[in-house]
Amino acid sequence: MANTYIQIASVTVGSGGASTIDFSSIPATYTDLVIKLSARVTGTGTSANIGLKFNNIGTSFSGLYLGGNGSSAVSGSPVTELTIWTATYNDSTANTFGNAEIYIPNYASANYKSVSTDGVAENNATDGRDAFTATLWSNTAAINQITLTPQVGPGDFMQYSTATLYGIKKS
Amino acid sequence: MTTAIEVNCATGEVTERELTAEELAQREADAAAYAARKAEEDAVAEATAAAKASGQAKLAALGLTPEEIAALSN
Repeated sequence: MANTYIQIASVTVGSGGASTIDFSSIPATYTDLVIKLSARVTGTGTSANIGLKFNNIGTSFSGLYLGGNGSSAVSGSPVTELTIWTATYNDSTANTFGNAEIYIPNYASANYKSVSTDGVAENNATDGRDAFTATLWSNTAAINQITLTPQVGPGDFMQYSTATLYGIKKS
Repeated sequence: MTTAIEVNCATGEVTERELTAEELAQREADAAAYAARKAEEDAVAEATAAAKASGQAKLAALGLTPEEIAALSN
């Protein structure tokens, strides 16, 4: 890991679960942001999607996704908000958690922001799901708040889910 | 279990609170909107896959080998 990786904040969900995880007042002193997410979500299914909002705005996202489930590949131009396949549902193998990395370069610039994600809905069985996304947020505001929310259900983050926000400096 | 965990990155303060009525309504609306979009995407994907399979079956009926069909599909 680069020595410019600096942990800004980290959250571990408690026994009561959580509907959203929100990082606010993010300092503009870094070059890029990275979120490392480990998540298990209430509900049933093959993979739980997590939605992201920047500055409490869930629109002006456009992008592509590429995914696979071990037997077939899928791709497309999904939605108007940023979605990552990352969480494991509660009917998956016990004690497994999905995980993802969300990379946001130049988050404090006055230009549109690109976002790339790599996520897997781990199941420790034959049916796991993985997907990459490449997304553009067509908004020139500096990102100072990031909100993570399970989309389907709506579900909740379960106990021991974690989200850690890192700042990266170019030098 | 409808709580929000908020981390103020400037102060390091972590707050756990119940969602407001407005936030609960927004959460339900977001989930419903997502489900609708997902259903639409799934329908398009299924239609595309069905059209592809139908086209490949017609090509096979014309006598093309699986290799030739694969070459045309890429």
